[in-house]
Amino acid sequence: MSVFFKSIITLGGLGLCLGVALAFIFKKLAVAGSELEKQIKAALPGSNCGACGFPGCAVYAEKIVKENLPINKCLPGGKEVLEKLGKIMGKDLDALEHKIAALICRGGKDECRERFIYDGGTDCRQAYLMHGGNKSCVFGCVGLGHCASVCPFGAIKMNKNRQPVINDKKCTACGICVKQCPKDVLVLIPRTKLVYLACVSQDKGKAVKDVCTVGCFTCNICIRACPYNALTMKGNLPVMDFNKCTDCGICVHRCPTDSYLDRAKARPYAFISSACTGCGECVKVCQFKAIEGSPEQRHKGIIAKCIGCGECFNACPVRAITMAGALGHQTRTA
Amino acid sequence: MTTNPLLIFIAAFIVNNIILIRYLGLCPFFGVSTTLTTAFGMSTACLFVMLIATWVTWTIYHFLLLPLDLIFLRTAVFILIIATLVQFVEIFLKKNFKALYSAMGIYLPLITTNCAILAVTFLAIDYRFSLILATIFALGNALGFGLVIVLFSAIRERLEFAPLSRSFKGYPIAFIAASLVALAFLGFIGLFGLPL
Repeated sequence: MSVFFKSIITLGGLGLCLGVALAFIFKKLAVAGSELEKQIKAALPGSNCGACGFPGCAVYAEKIVKENLPINKCLPGGKEVLEKLGKIMGKDLDALEHKIAALICRGGKDECRERFIYDGGTDCRQAYLMHGGNKSCVFGCVGLGHCASVCPFGAIKMNKNRQPVINDKKCTACGICVKQCPKDVLVLIPRTKLVYLACVSQDKGKAVKDVCTVGCFTCNICIRACPYNALTMKGNLPVMDFNKCTDCGICVHRCPTDSYLDRAKARPYAFISSACTGCGECVKVCQFKAIEGSPEQRHKGIIAKCIGCGECFNACPVRAITMAGALGHQTRTA
Repeated sequence: MTTNPLLIFIAAFIVNNIILIRYLGLCPFFGVSTTLTTAFGMSTACLFVMLIATWVTWTIYHFLLLPLDLIFLRTAVFILIIATLVQFVEIFLKKNFKALYSAMGIYLPLITTNCAILAVTFLAIDYRFSLILATIFALGNALGFGLVIVLFSAIRERLEFAPLSRSFKGYPIAFIAASLVALAFLGFIGLFGLPL
């Protein structure tokens, strides 16, 4: 037999035997993964890139089924895969998709003084190892821009005040910055959320006042001011119940230290029409003295003082108040 | 050439290190040495696959290819054998040793047709090792692979923090660091070693 035929038979035979054996073994030893898992595995890109934080697509598929993990961790898959997974798992995509990263610290270079001169490497994690960074507030943002360097979408830029600024349009809420931040001052909030507390200091009043001009010093004003009881004091910080909060913005304006942030681009103001009977209900509920007028006569809203919270609108018994120029409410649904 | 098992082991482990002296298996070396955990996973998978591949290919070579006088087919046959073998091992582990499977995870199939694996099986035959010596040789190579990749992951983790210019960030500086580590390992060459 010539070498030619011998080699064809050997290699071909070997290939055939191994192929059949492998096929047989696959059938015999196949791990009974659930039908759901198989579907998810098929929907994932299969590139095993590890962006989800697991060794591969198969592992992530398994974790989705068994540990009920969120389905939005696949970055390369993007929206397409997310939609497929949403269909398979029967999950509401809106709740997942519409999130955004938010910085919950307002203490930039100007607001929060420095404890010592830091001359080391230009990475937050490195500065963090040095007594938790050189900001005098040990809870706040280090401000060296690690989040900006890890954001795969270029949605975070550092401003001159050494604070990260998050671009609403570019942010996909992938959560990478949240995970990477050594100080945990980045969180994911619902995209429709406009108002949030931007301070993480657990220190007591004076200690906060000494180091930061915009830190919350536990004065309780916002908690008393909130008409919806959405705020409760936990430790030394008010905690907001996102289900109760209506984004009215009262806390933002009542806060003596400007520790709250308002993402709304514009707020409406109250306009009182001629239907006003002068009952004075609106004056009672307004926390900003933005409505004046004598009893039994048409009241007048003061635009400069009005913050557009809408309390008077809800309180007016004759519906004489309209909220005008409500740009802020449009951005809320955008 | 020496047949002392200890010398062969040390030669494969350090002196003729598969990554730094032979320049094989560079793809996993740079690909997964970014963190310690991935480096460790890859090392275990490599150890596992290298040992089994050496056993099986050695047997196939000596009891199939040599008697049939088909030595020239060894590249094709070895790749075929190793690929099938790893597939089989993967599915076997998945079924019976779940913990081991999840520890090696994705690295097992990744190492399948790696040049380091193929090179070790070839070298074990080229050096005319017996099966026992081939096992020791494979073990040394796999541990050497693991040693270097774990050591290098420590360097990579440090490099993450290094204040570098943008053009050097990532792979460029990793290659430069690797060359320096390779130079350091070159010092062992004067000791003894297998002919390259």
